[in-house]
Amino acid sequence: MAGNHNDYQVHKAKILTPAFYVLLFFTLLGFMLIAYRFVMGIGAVSNLSDGYPWGIWIAYDVATSTAFACGGYAMALVIYIMNRMKYHPLIRSALVTSMFGYMLAGMSVMVDVGRYWNAYSFFMPSRWQPNSVMFEVAVCIMAYNVVLIIEVMPAILERFIHMKENKFPKLKHYAMIIYPKLDKVLIFIVILGITLPSMHQSSLGSMLIIAKSKLNPIWHTQILPLLFIINALYIGYATVIFESFASSMAFKRPFEKEVQQLSRIIPYVTGIWLSVRFIDLYIRGQLSAAFAGDYYSWMFLAELLLILTGTYILMWKQYRQSPRMVFIAAMLLMIGGGWYRFNVYIIGFKPHGNWSYFPSLPEFFITVGLVAFEILGYMVLIKLFPIMPKVHGEHGSDAAKAH
Amino acid sequence: MMKKTRRDFLKTAAAGGALMLAPLSVQAQQEIKADDEAVGMFYDSTLCVGCKACVSKCKAVNDMAAAPMPGDSDRLWDAPEDLDYRTRNIIKLYKNEEDVNDHAYVKHQCMHCIKPACVSACPVSAMVKEEGTGIVFYDKNICIGCRYCQVACPFNIPKFEWPETFPKIVKCDLCKFTNLKLKNIPACCEVCPTNAVIYGKRKDLLAEAKRRQAANPGKYQKAIYGEFEVGGTNVIYLAGTSFENLGFPKLDHESAALMSEHVQHTVYKGFIAPVALYGFLAFIALKNRKSADQVAHEHEVEHELEVEIQHELEKEKEEKKEGKH
Ligand code: SF4
Ligand code: SF4
Ligand code: SF4
Repeated sequence: MAGNHNDYQVHKAKILTPAFYVLLFFTLLGFMLIAYRFVMGIGAVSNLSDGYPWGIWIAYDVATSTAFACGGYAMALVIYIMNRMKYHPLIRSALVTSMFGYMLAGMSVMVDVGRYWNAYSFFMPSRWQPNSVMFEVAVCIMAYNVVLIIEVMPAILERFIHMKENKFPKLKHYAMIIYPKLDKVLIFIVILGITLPSMHQSSLGSMLIIAKSKLNPIWHTQILPLLFIINALYIGYATVIFESFASSMAFKRPFEKEVQQLSRIIPYVTGIWLSVRFIDLYIRGQLSAAFAGDYYSWMFLAELLLILTGTYILMWKQYRQSPRMVFIAAMLLMIGGGWYRFNVYIIGFKPHGNWSYFPSLPEFFITVGLVAFEILGYMVLIKLFPIMPKVHGEHGSDAAKAH
Repeated sequence: MMKKTRRDFLKTAAAGGALMLAPLSVQAQQEIKADDEAVGMFYDSTLCVGCKACVSKCKAVNDMAAAPMPGDSDRLWDAPEDLDYRTRNIIKLYKNEEDVNDHAYVKHQCMHCIKPACVSACPVSAMVKEEGTGIVFYDKNICIGCRYCQVACPFNIPKFEWPETFPKIVKCDLCKFTNLKLKNIPACCEVCPTNAVIYGKRKDLLAEAKRRQAANPGKYQKAIYGEFEVGGTNVIYLAGTSFENLGFPKLDHESAALMSEHVQHTVYKGFIAPVALYGFLAFIALKNRKSADQVAHEHEVEHELEVEIQHELEKEKEEKKEGKH
């Protein structure tokens, strides 16, 4: 679609690196534990209880990791809505990260739900329950998974079209037929890929509105959806930056200049978020509770401090010129933004009675395994398909033409 | 598609913005009203003698497993510590250390809320409030086991079969499929020897509770638990000691389920806002895409690609032809 198919390149490198084996190890460990969970039941592997029916599989794998996976969403907003085409080279790697992030969410939901064989209920209109926030979130996330796969398709098809030796003639044939057609309609899919996350990211916040008597008032507010959507945006940008720098270091590629420029957007977004957060606390009379110095207040301050520090760094031009500072700021914002979501889903959640929750080791390693699987998939995909932005200077004329 | 007037643009823009801002406009709660036909239970803590006949009868008619005490190697005794997947109904005792006269039994089970959070939360309609009677019941054949009902319930009532490979949710359904169906009365109310828990229409039960309060003002707490909590429940309580002592959470009179639905409906009413947001975004994206030099470049690349593909396809055709001859 929009323009430059020449923006991207296959990252030519060995697939079977030591990092690959480490990730593979954690992936397999995770999958073994998942197998155990399906045989012995959720109680056998987790510390979940009737008081804390949701643990890190929901709080991290779904609520937080889909925010980390909002890079594709955040970039699409900048590129197609704010019309900053210069960021276009970054979109594919952002989309692939998003695809794996959302796949992880989908997989852990299947690990988490107790009666997974009934999941087809979501496709039976007679069972739909539109009052349920979870219904909206589930359907929306499923749809977005499909959208992300379609959005990544061109990269895969291009690879088959440009294949030198004709190993899969049939595939190449179909790729050539589908590609131009997909190219024409892709913009409408891309827009869907902006609409759907706007919907479900805000609804991930709405999800806890109903638990009013259990969620600490520092976090429980009717504007949870608004806070979650803005939160998803700055986490999304931070992840694009993080992912770009991380792959620059891991794959010894030069730093991507666009990323540093992109970081200018973040203070505006976090600024809005912080204002909304404080105005809301003030209106609901919870400011004093937020700074009371007790456990919940400290958790709130941690969230605040991480986000403030990240924002502060990115407000100054000197800092933005240093790749290292931008990288650190991005990490602070990812952790801080994620911390906020943990506060809403677990830390600030206190059911009536004597309950406590801390993830068990198997619970933890299932999550680690799924994340390892996600990174593994990303690393393999970029080595097989044109996803990474083309390094400037290589094929000089091409790159020059593209700008 | 591109022929949009400025006014259309503003309209879609406003609607798109509404999707994000809708939660801010949430208004006051509507009132919740109990159905006149709604049935429920009334438990008077001062009449209960703690015999637990209700607990064992509940287990018997609803086919619940025993919950042996820890260390009970014979596994002969049913001694549940709390509600769980084996216990839908439990009797507990509160005792004040300082004041021997201040003690009371209490019975816990699903409150059959008038506006149940569990029903509002369930994504697949596995948790249902029966029309008319107001009984809140559960269908395991539909449930996906997401446990959102557990997160949502302000009383922590739905329980999950954690140790099971194929678990389900467990909670009181007023014996809808068992005793109520057979004998027209829930098992606990049928067997209670002191009439501490009685079954009936909510409005009658509420009137009875108020009558007892009026007849014996010194004996009871002023509040009738369940009259207003979370918008009212069909199971109501009288007690001589404070309800917090009896393990009941202190809850708002408004229903969080209603609040949540209100936010959700404001955002998704008729699906107008999401569709408008889509239209709005598509409008901008298409407009942006057509900025002049981009179009030129786009065509260039598209053309190159089409030529290339055309070329390849023709080559393939020719090869096939040659193969046939
Ligand atoms: S007490 Fe809990 S489980 Fe029972 S109806 Fe109310 S919300 Fe549902
Ligand atoms: S666990 Fe079952 S009954 Fe409870 S909300 Fe999920 S699907 Fe509904
Ligand atoms: S059967 Fe009646 S008296 Fe006995 S414990 Fe139950 S409610 Fe109390």
